Amino acid sequence: MSNESGKTITGASALVQALEHAGVDVMFGIPGGAILPAYDPIFDSKIRHILVRHEQGAGHAATGYAQATGRVGVCIATSGPGATNLVTPLADAQMDSVPIVAITGQVASGAIGTDAFQEADIRGITMPVTKHNFLVTDPAEIAGAIAQAFHIASTGRPGAVLVDIAKDALQMQTEFNYPKSVNLRGYHPVTEPTAESVRDAARLIAESKQPVLYVGGGAIKSNSQKELLKLAELTGAPVVTTLMALGAFPDSHPQHLGMPGMHGTVAAVTALQKADLLITLGARFDDRVTGKLSSFAPNAKIIHADIDPAEIGKNRRADVALIGDLTKSIEALIPAVKAEFKKSQPDLTPWLAMVYGWRNRFPLGYDHPADGLSPQYVIERIGQISGPDAIYVAGVGQHQMWASQFIKYEKPRTWLNSGGLGTMGYAVPAAMGAKVGAPDKVVWAIDGDGCFQMTNQELVTCALNNIPIKVAVINNESLGMVRQWQTLFYNERYSNTQLHSKRIPDFAKLADAMGCVGLTCDSKEDVDRTIAQAMEINDRPVVVDFSVHKDAMVWPMVAAGTSNDEIVNARSLAPIWDSQEL
Amino acid sequence: MAQSHPDAPSSLRATTKNHTLSVLVENSPGVLARISSLFSRRGYNIDSLAVGPTENPDYSKMTIVINVEDHALEQVIAQLDKLINVIEITELDPITSVQRELLLVKVSTDATTRSQVLETVQLFRAKVVDVAQDAVTIEATGNTEKIQALLRVLEPYGIKELVQSGLVAMARGLKPGSISEDKK
Repeated sequence: MSNESGKTITGASALVQALEHAGVDVMFGIPGGAILPAYDPIFDSKIRHILVRHEQGAGHAATGYAQATGRVGVCIATSGPGATNLVTPLADAQMDSVPIVAITGQVASGAIGTDAFQEADIRGITMPVTKHNFLVTDPAEIAGAIAQAFHIASTGRPGAVLVDIAKDALQMQTEFNYPKSVNLRGYHPVTEPTAESVRDAARLIAESKQPVLYVGGGAIKSNSQKELLKLAELTGAPVVTTLMALGAFPDSHPQHLGMPGMHGTVAAVTALQKADLLITLGARFDDRVTGKLSSFAPNAKIIHADIDPAEIGKNRRADVALIGDLTKSIEALIPAVKAEFKKSQPDLTPWLAMVYGWRNRFPLGYDHPADGLSPQYVIERIGQISGPDAIYVAGVGQHQMWASQFIKYEKPRTWLNSGGLGTMGYAVPAAMGAKVGAPDKVVWAIDGDGCFQMTNQELVTCALNNIPIKVAVINNESLGMVRQWQTLFYNERYSNTQLHSKRIPDFAKLADAMGCVGLTCDSKEDVDRTIAQAMEINDRPVVVDFSVHKDAMVWPMVAAGTSNDEIVNARSLAPIWDSQEL
Repeated sequence: MAQSHPDAPSSLRATTKNHTLSVLVENSPGVLARISSLFSRRGYNIDSLAVGPTENPDYSKMTIVINVEDHALEQVIAQLDKLINVIEITELDPITSVQRELLLVKVSTDATTRSQVLETVQLFRAKVVDVAQDAVTIEATGNTEKIQALLRVLEPYGIKELVQSGLVAMARGLKPGSISEDKK
């Protein structure tokens, strides 16, 4: 569609042209009554529209696209049920600070509030789960709302934005004017930390004998990997990367301790506990990282770098706050730390010896069961065979934790998952979005049999739209993580966690029916061959049903609500510490 | 910032007190819902909330009274500040601001008590806005303490009905000090 700035066009055309101006190249959606006027100009637009099978798939696809590319993901749906089906992916994206824009049709402005057919107050419904949202009833305001939505979604702390547009606003005529710039009086994200806070932070770093770099998802959002590497090597401090930050710092780097938190490595969890300084970079002291908050890192001073001022002091008091874009904060910190080190640089040798000692003594590991396939082995081999350039997209549960532990991430935006909301069903549609955004990369969805049954219909979308993702269903025929908790905390009473998915459905046949290649694997000997076979198929999606041992558990583990000091690296097996470590 | 977490022992928690926030917001639909949704979602208790127009028709001013500890107040302000429609947030000190509530109260009276009630009305510089056979309706404005004191005195006569506005407040002098980022 050509640029018709200043011309009189329909609100629907204004919407589509505004999306083109915003730089949208693809959107995921499903038409319906209220959004129908918009689908007419979409038909002529250069924007690729991918027709999904469920609006939730559209939302997660937009999220996967955004996480893989760093650009704003876009989804579109109709009013009422179309819009409410977007609620989960909006909440998911908002929790993980992923920039997405959702467009929804609304009933005609005169019918709003009358309980009209397919009416839902989606602005009201999504208020708590979006960064901002709009209800547009005037066609002249459509282009401006779209420009604002993209600005808000992609700047500051990224997030989800919804634009709800009344059907009559789409149908009426308006003069198209896309704003040259967006200026919102109540929205001015701080981008650079103050010189004073940088100096204070550098001083704390120069005083610390037991520092840890606690790196969160902000490092991915801000593309901080180069600066982070410099700061890490300058300070020599050990690095932990949270579930949202995997790939921001190479797993292979000698200073890397792995992931902290409930299923983090003993070294990462314990280093945070014993540290005298946490250099917190784009992380938010989530309960899954801190365990019982009052006992978390009890002796540590806190440097907290975040773009969101409301994160400072939300869960843990900060000694120094660096409010601003993380890359800029680290860039400012590097010369300040160098200057402090010229005056005095602490000797980290005893601390590093202790921390790296933990890493050597308590590595991640797993068993090969005598009578079945180890899920960890399957996931580890997928990672080794596909390599660090592939994108791995996990669902939520045991398979997600194993994928975070046993695949080695070297680069940002190669690990996508639902960290904050923990949305089962995220993997297949998010992998679809990632593959659309990065078509030259191998994209693996590492999914569970429970998760896979929530959103696998998007494989039809993938098959029809030449989006050849690969799906590994880690089939333990149960809701594995829930089952693990039942094993540990509910006397092995497996209430409603048995899915029977080795019997029904037949995942390979299901894949076949959806236009994908379906493969199966149930023995260790066949794992490499099956993965190689999946890697060779690039003209359509592949689903591999890996039938794995159902009693495998995720270790190490810090039980919910307990202190990180209570970490166990296998069932009833707390790490044995040397006396001087405690 | 006082360190005090939800799971900190209660003996270590700072005590709560009333804080008055003056919040300049865009005058657009849904803003009140956004703010009340935020308070509800984050578990902040609103003591009172009053909203009305300002000298500029593009903006509304909200006066919000919340009962929280100092650490939580910083969080409330930071979270409010994240709302796109919120322009500016100022905490108003009772000493350097004018704070008023409006009270309408219907008090039972008879021939013997009416004059006593009217005397009270005069003492508090309130006024009677309606008189019936067995009751008078009193209008009073003042800060929270004055209104509470008036009610304590009237209570023995029998309060038949009571309605009260939220607190509205304004800094004294010309320039209120802003505690949010200056977003202009």
